[in-house]
Amino acid sequence: MTKGRGAGGESAPEFVQLLTPDGERIDKVTGADGVEYTVDFTDDEYRGLYRDLVVVRKLDAEATALQRQGELGIWASLLGQEAAQVGSGRALRQQDMAFPTYREHGVLYCRGIDPIMPLSLFRGVDHGAWDPNQFRFNMYTIVIGAQTLHATGYAMGITKDGKVGNDDGEAVIAYFGDGASAQGDVNEAFIWASVFNAPIVFFCQNNQYAISEPIEKQTRVPLYQRASGFGFPGVRVDGNDVLASYAVTRAALDHARHGQGPTLIEAYTYRMGAHTTTDDPTRYRMAGEVESWQARDPIARVRAFIAKQQIAGDDFFTEVDELARRESLALRERVLAMPDPDPLTIFEHVYPHGSPLIDSQRQGFAEYMDSFEGSSH
Amino acid sequence: MAEKLTIGKALNLGLRRALEADPKVLIMGEDVGKLGGVFRITDGLQKDFGEERVIDTPLAESGIIGTAVGLAIRGYRPVCEIQFDGFVYPAYDQIVSQVAKMHYRSQGRVKMPMVIRIPFGGGIGAVEHHSESPEAYFAHTAGLKVVSCATPEDAYVMIQQAVASDDPIVFLEPKRRYYEKGDVEVDADLAGAYPLHASRVARPGTDVTVLAYGPMVRTALDAANAASADGRELEVIDLRTLSPLDLDPVFESVRRTGRCVVVHEAPSNVGLGAELAARITEQCFYSLEAPVLRVTGYDTPYPAARLEEEFLPDLDRVLDAVDRTFGW
Ligand SMILES: Cc1ncc(C[n+]2csc(CCOP(=O)(O)OP(=O)(O)O)c2C)c(N)n1
Repeated sequence: MTKGRGAGGESAPEFVQLLTPDGERIDKVTGADGVEYTVDFTDDEYRGLYRDLVVVRKLDAEATALQRQGELGIWASLLGQEAAQVGSGRALRQQDMAFPTYREHGVLYCRGIDPIMPLSLFRGVDHGAWDPNQFRFNMYTIVIGAQTLHATGYAMGITKDGKVGNDDGEAVIAYFGDGASAQGDVNEAFIWASVFNAPIVFFCQNNQYAISEPIEKQTRVPLYQRASGFGFPGVRVDGNDVLASYAVTRAALDHARHGQGPTLIEAYTYRMGAHTTTDDPTRYRMAGEVESWQARDPIARVRAFIAKQQIAGDDFFTEVDELARRESLALRERVLAMPDPDPLTIFEHVYPHGSPLIDSQRQGFAEYMDSFEGSSH
Repeated sequence: MAEKLTIGKALNLGLRRALEADPKVLIMGEDVGKLGGVFRITDGLQKDFGEERVIDTPLAESGIIGTAVGLAIRGYRPVCEIQFDGFVYPAYDQIVSQVAKMHYRSQGRVKMPMVIRIPFGGGIGAVEHHSESPEAYFAHTAGLKVVSCATPEDAYVMIQQAVASDDPIVFLEPKRRYYEKGDVEVDADLAGAYPLHASRVARPGTDVTVLAYGPMVRTALDAANAASADGRELEVIDLRTLSPLDLDPVFESVRRTGRCVVVHEAPSNVGLGAELAARITEQCFYSLEAPVLRVTGYDTPYPAARLEEEFLPDLDRVLDAVDRTFGW
């Protein structure tokens, strides 16, 4: 355990790790919550995780490029956080429900969702516009922390519906950041989840920054330790280790689906890129810090492990790169082909039952637009 | 001495002056320190005034305003930055139930000399919650004052006046105009400055009175220039103070022109335009040649960025309303 300054201290944090940065496999490890964690993957599954990590990173890089070229308004890159997202995303069972922030593109991908889905939001075409229940993946939430309460309420509904208590039980995962941990909403979510013993996993990606503010500005204790004060277990996992992220999340979700209540997971990771494409991290952090995290890259260690264990050869790595390239090209083409929304849609979906005020404004707007037809405007 | 500054830079310099003028002045908010705020309005201030006075807070707006209340009770003068308009709502309870009511509750024993700076309005191509115009919520709340600047000169002066005021002030900054430049008298004495709670004629005219504030002042002026080419002289009044309103110059103008158009980005329903129309109608009824017309955002949530041009009032929509006041 890091002593003294708490999370973000100088010394390496203690966390659940099953794959070292050098690609050495640790057989099993007991977390601060007293649970023993391990994974038992087939070679095929290891290759699958590697494929996910590489594709997710490539798609993310493509989106960043699209933003640079003016095709997206903004992009929130997940660079560096692939393992936390792929590990937790793959740990979800079909029946589980996820509540993302605006950065969970990797989780979305692992849910089997078409990666084009959130890009209309970043392009400025809509605000999300998907059905959370259809995809078992809520819309992206931009107001920091708000979704943790929604996730908790959804989990309370699962309990009400009697859908907990066995292997087929449902569980919810709520994603949020280290900065979000300071919000009232997040703390209230912890209280609600605890009091109602909700089947939920709070998955905090501690990427060390909330825009420019380092973790010390949000907390004096490691974030996972907050859980004990709310009355449920907390565990810190190496968020750059896809195996550990998977193991810890899987266990916490199963705990929840069996009716045993919430868990807080702190995935200790690092935001390798800017906060978003509008951010300039050189104003607030040193290049050396970024470099030290480069040595803990979430993908390099899986590749090293696969190579060392001879789970796959060079052909496989080339194949995966090729797949990622194809998927990112396809994504690019579809973003470029995305039509602009019809202006009249401004007035759609304000209310399920409509409103005479909106109706009259829609009509006024349409007439106003028609008045320009054929004119020089 | 006059310097050419952007609105953003003028605010920065005004805040610097405020920090220099009174050691009790604090700046608090998300990313206001090293980063200098996401719009760089507090750029360099932490470096020069230290972390004790320019404070990067935890990411919690209710916490920012709630602790500012306590600091104010303790004698400090907090200047709080809310990163974007759409993120003020977690602090709404503290603002409406505490900041606004403390003076009344204490029968004048407790003052809240607090400024709540909010970059507001749209037009920057942002995602949801980054383009809102929440002024009516605050103007509707007794105990709060609400102002908005539209020029670098006003930005520089008004922010200093707001910090010096013992009233709690919601200070709305036209974020899409942050980069517009103008002359600022940087050495001028605040004592002789144009008052904070006063509207001002931004462009004299004779035919129609156009009322605007914040980002829409530029739009109204552009419309006035276009109208002038067509032989119509619009008088543009920059309201500057949204609560309390300063309407004497407005009444005087409308009595002369007989026509009035109000422009704001916020939706029309129960918005400032409604209050303005009512007050003008009460005071200038016999001078009016046409009803007071409003050019506003629609009564929908702020749309996705690719629709905001259609949503926002622009030059054409202002001129259309001007035309309609003549068609009555
Ligand atoms: C209520 C609210 N306040 C402020 C913001 C502006 N903002 C967007 S992201 C962010 C930092 C979030 O940090 P963290 O929770 O650590 O997540 P990360 O972005 O690092 O993944 C801030 C302050 C917001 N979106 N919502």
